Amino acid sequence: MIAIINYNAGNILSVSNAINSLGYESIVTDDIATIQNADKVILPGVGEASSAMNYLRSKNLDKTIVGLRNPFLGICLGLQLLCKHSEEGDTECLGVFDTKVRLFPPKLKVPHMGWNDFVQVEGLLFNSIGVDDDVYYVHSFFADLSCDTIATCDYIHPFSAALGKDNFFAAQFHPEKSASVGQQILKNFLEI
Amino acid sequence: MLKKRIIPCLDIKDGRTVKGINFQDIRDAGDPVELAIRYVEEGADELVFLDITATSDNRSTLTELVKQISKNINIPFAVGGGIKSNEDVSLVLHAGADKVSINSAAVYKPELISELADNFGSQCIIVAIDAKYVGGEWIVYVSGGQTKTALKVIDWAKRVETLGAGELLLTSMDSDGTKSGFEIDLTAQVSSAVNLPVIASGGAGTLHHFKEVFEQTEATGALAASIFHYQDIAIPDLKQYLYNNKISVRWK
Repeated sequence: MIAIINYNAGNILSVSNAINSLGYESIVTDDIATIQNADKVILPGVGEASSAMNYLRSKNLDKTIVGLRNPFLGICLGLQLLCKHSEEGDTECLGVFDTKVRLFPPKLKVPHMGWNDFVQVEGLLFNSIGVDDDVYYVHSFFADLSCDTIATCDYIHPFSAALGKDNFFAAQFHPEKSASVGQQILKNFLEI
Repeated sequence: MLKKRIIPCLDIKDGRTVKGINFQDIRDAGDPVELAIRYVEEGADELVFLDITATSDNRSTLTELVKQISKNINIPFAVGGGIKSNEDVSLVLHAGADKVSINSAAVYKPELISELADNFGSQCIIVAIDAKYVGGEWIVYVSGGQTKTALKVIDWAKRVETLGAGELLLTSMDSDGTKSGFEIDLTAQVSSAVNLPVIASGGAGTLHHFKEVFEQTEATGALAASIFHYQDIAIPDLKQYLYNNKISVRWK
């Protein structure tokens, strides 16, 4: 069973659709025991950092998440919440990854919206994925490069396309919206 | 490198895809879910569904359709048409849409843009602007192009950005359905006036029209309907043409 954490963020359905289409069962939940006992856990994207953190704290999910040992995937805002701090709403985040989240400077169009390729990718999450593969992004805030960066994208400047540390993985792009490339990345995560 | 987006648009009326010329003469163009699947397979980068019936009593039909689309495709899609409240947006996003497009409601109540951006995030709020060239100026029209407003397109685009929209969908009503090319001047003016992604719409008829709009304006996406529906242009051919012409597209 794959637990998709419900924190009143938008478009959780497309994540569960993507999981189901790969032949896995999923449950959308904010129940701590269900999350702790799931085979894998996904923290999906879309929303605003401070209200998302407030919601997670109100349900005690902040402590639950950082204590998890099962494979965990944050998507988009989910990635940003796993970092130390976000400029969006000046928000203290979960601190799993040793990096901060900042707003893109307005040198190019913001949000960074659309399909982009990679500068580099590494590790299990990117099995069968190359730097020329495109994935779909939509975000105005980004995580700086850090020792936890496992994939890099370049827009305005290089940033963390994906982060990984122990059982925690996170993607700034939306694998559930990235056609066959995204499907492969989700499959890689589900097979960990 | 960020790719230019090719975005087929499906106008929806009573659950079917339809297409008109200059916002008139509506014709049937097939089942939206089937078309959507075809477009994804062909390499469309994103889809837009505009519900042109858009009366409040068919909301449940639309919600059901959005659920079906969401189940069947794995690229981003936006839904628009008659969206005028927080509740409308919530319904469509929870049915699986990634973005909503608002048009008339934003003009009548600009603070709605901020409210929606605060509640759902700017990235899922597209403001659609229907523009018509009148008396030497581009003017904003609403209600499916039937009602003229006092707003100049450039002023409105800048205001919409300040209010928190995440993206603009800019349609030239004069070009829409004519296959005579995107309105380059309008698109260039608007896309350089704002720092938001702008989707050019209205007038696509040839491969060259797409090249032109990407080369001569800062639009990051180009939207078309009938030429894709009736297969005048196949998306893979378009992508290959743009790729050969050094325009960055998702093409393999």
